[in-house]
Amino acid sequence: MVEMVTRPYASAFEKYALANKDVICMSADLTSSCEIDGFRDRHPEQFMSMGMAEQNMMSFAGGLGLAGYRPFIHTFGVFTYRRPYDQLMASIAYPRRKVRIMGFLPGVTTPGGMTHQAIEDIAIMRAMPNMSILETGDATEVESLCEAADSIDGPVYCRVLRGSVPRLFDTPIKVGEMRELSAGDDVLVVTAGITTEEALRAKAALAGAGVSIRHLHLHTLKPFDSKRLLDHLQSVKHGVITLENHVINGGIGSLVAETIAEAGIEKKLVRLGLQDTYAHGGSRPYLMRYYGLDALALVRGIEGLMNIETNIDADDLDAVRVDAVHSSAKAEAL
Amino acid sequence: MKNKKTTEEVALGIRRRVFEHSMRNNGGYLSQACSAAEQLAWLYNEALNLGEPTMPMIPPPFGGVPAPGNDDYVTGAGYNGPFEPQYDRLFIAPAHYALVAYATLIEVGRMAEEGLEMFNKDGSSVEMIGAEHSPGMEVHNGTLGIGLSTGAGLAYGRRLRGDSGEVCVFMSDGEVQEGQTWEAIQACAHHGIDNVWAIMDVNDQQCDGAMSSVMEVRDIATKMRAFGATVVEIDAHDLNAMREAKAEPHEGQPLIILAHSSPTKGMEFLQRRFPRLHYVRFKSEEERDEMNQSIAKELGIDPVQFDTH
Ligand SMILES: Cc1ncc(C[n+]2csc(CCOP(=O)(O)OP(=O)(O)O)c2C)c(N)n1
Repeated sequence: MVEMVTRPYASAFEKYALANKDVICMSADLTSSCEIDGFRDRHPEQFMSMGMAEQNMMSFAGGLGLAGYRPFIHTFGVFTYRRPYDQLMASIAYPRRKVRIMGFLPGVTTPGGMTHQAIEDIAIMRAMPNMSILETGDATEVESLCEAADSIDGPVYCRVLRGSVPRLFDTPIKVGEMRELSAGDDVLVVTAGITTEEALRAKAALAGAGVSIRHLHLHTLKPFDSKRLLDHLQSVKHGVITLENHVINGGIGSLVAETIAEAGIEKKLVRLGLQDTYAHGGSRPYLMRYYGLDALALVRGIEGLMNIETNIDADDLDAVRVDAVHSSAKAEAL
Repeated sequence: MKNKKTTEEVALGIRRRVFEHSMRNNGGYLSQACSAAEQLAWLYNEALNLGEPTMPMIPPPFGGVPAPGNDDYVTGAGYNGPFEPQYDRLFIAPAHYALVAYATLIEVGRMAEEGLEMFNKDGSSVEMIGAEHSPGMEVHNGTLGIGLSTGAGLAYGRRLRGDSGEVCVFMSDGEVQEGQTWEAIQACAHHGIDNVWAIMDVNDQQCDGAMSSVMEVRDIATKMRAFGATVVEIDAHDLNAMREAKAEPHEGQPLIILAHSSPTKGMEFLQRRFPRLHYVRFKSEEERDEMNQSIAKELGIDPVQFDTH
């Protein structure tokens, strides 16, 4: 059984912020949903309630950055860039303010439907000059996120996991690197965030079917080490498959496609993720199944890529973790 | 559609349904039923001129999002009646009030009881945060602060067309923290849009607690008047005041009714949770039992029977 860690962000942020007095904790009326309610209550002098007013919060954070502070913005990822896109660009990204944007509930990890699901955030942030992007895939990454983000000389957008988070890794995020989780030679599988756990669910079954997987987990999406990726691409026979909690355009699939094209190598690529569609509201396992972001979708994708039948079906995969709707690890319905 | 129930009965029914649902599901947007029951009951039962629903009483499953090829896509607007020139339209701007809105649809005979059982179930259109395709929702609103603008645009378009139907936006007070709300009022006033009106549930609450502790918004009425709205302030639980407020002349301006509400009206037991009322769930079985007994009594019903787990 994988170890589950409850609210890893809450304690990690508190520890980091207390040791770094230039960090200012900002919140837009989703304080407990972003696990900083304890911090607010214990350290009000380092906390700023900005209300439900994201546009103002972004430019305000830019101003704090100009004053030499390092604001950590907390809200759902979707609310950090959709409405306040212009503010994000002009007040934060252009002048390279050291603003750390903590975007909670990335992609389909929220049941809140289209308006709550950040499904194109990576594409947006990749296109934004000066912006860096980190994505957490387990509790260790969440625990090391604050330090990693704060080491970046410029603004950074982070996809943060919250609530009950599995521990998959035992080393912290090292900005700019990637994790090699297995080193097979048939297919390269590239995942990030929650899709890494999905790929791991399929690991045993794929090995049993004789498929040799090379698996990369990405926590740094920008800046991106294309050279490393290229080495891995050249170590597999059949091609590469990306599985992302995001639309397939502009995210990890695109990142890999760009690497392949720019290097001029010939590798087949299968991009799994939201296929240029909006999602809707529902539980995470349901959405991952419905939109083809889960372990089974990965297996089918590999079959297509290698032109084989593995005879693996849903029962052969490791069990899905299902969070209770009202788990004590989260404060609200969302 | 004229309903046999009085608006008071509808409001009580809304509270009962939301309460029962929240008990069974170990939590819910309960406080919003307390504050908004009269407002939604009054809108559907009296204030709005809505045609007969055009959608099945039992909501169809999720039918996909707007996309090329999804030609059967429909919004939840049909639960509010046909989109015809003489009829009013209603937007529920704070989409997290969906549970309360669905309960209202049932109470006024626009949706079957089964609809609420589909709430937040995978593959259902009866979503927790009302989506455009959810019953009674006409446009997507879960991102707060966009409702009045869309309502104003629709109203302007309808005026250009010569439609007699008005556009009503149900709003929450948290929305006044978003700049867009003010841009909407300003645009309504500038263009003299007076076939749009709003009723806002001023419960002084938001996710983090009391609004004054999160981001003080000061005197909403004075600010709105300065931006060009006709504003009437009422007690949100006084139906006669609501009726009178709607009759207020507002030529060339939008009418905004600020309905000052109690977030625990009808379920005073919830006072124990003050000021953390945005989403009520139970920390223990004992707490749920106690709440079940006490609130059921306040609402004049038997405690909810549920399977313990
Ligand atoms: C643009 C935007 N920011 C943040 C949120 C998250 N959110 C949902 S409800 C809410 C505040 C609720 O306040 P109010 O609208 O007054 O509703 P009430 O607490 O009275 O139910 C917030 C911040 C959102 N839905 N949209």
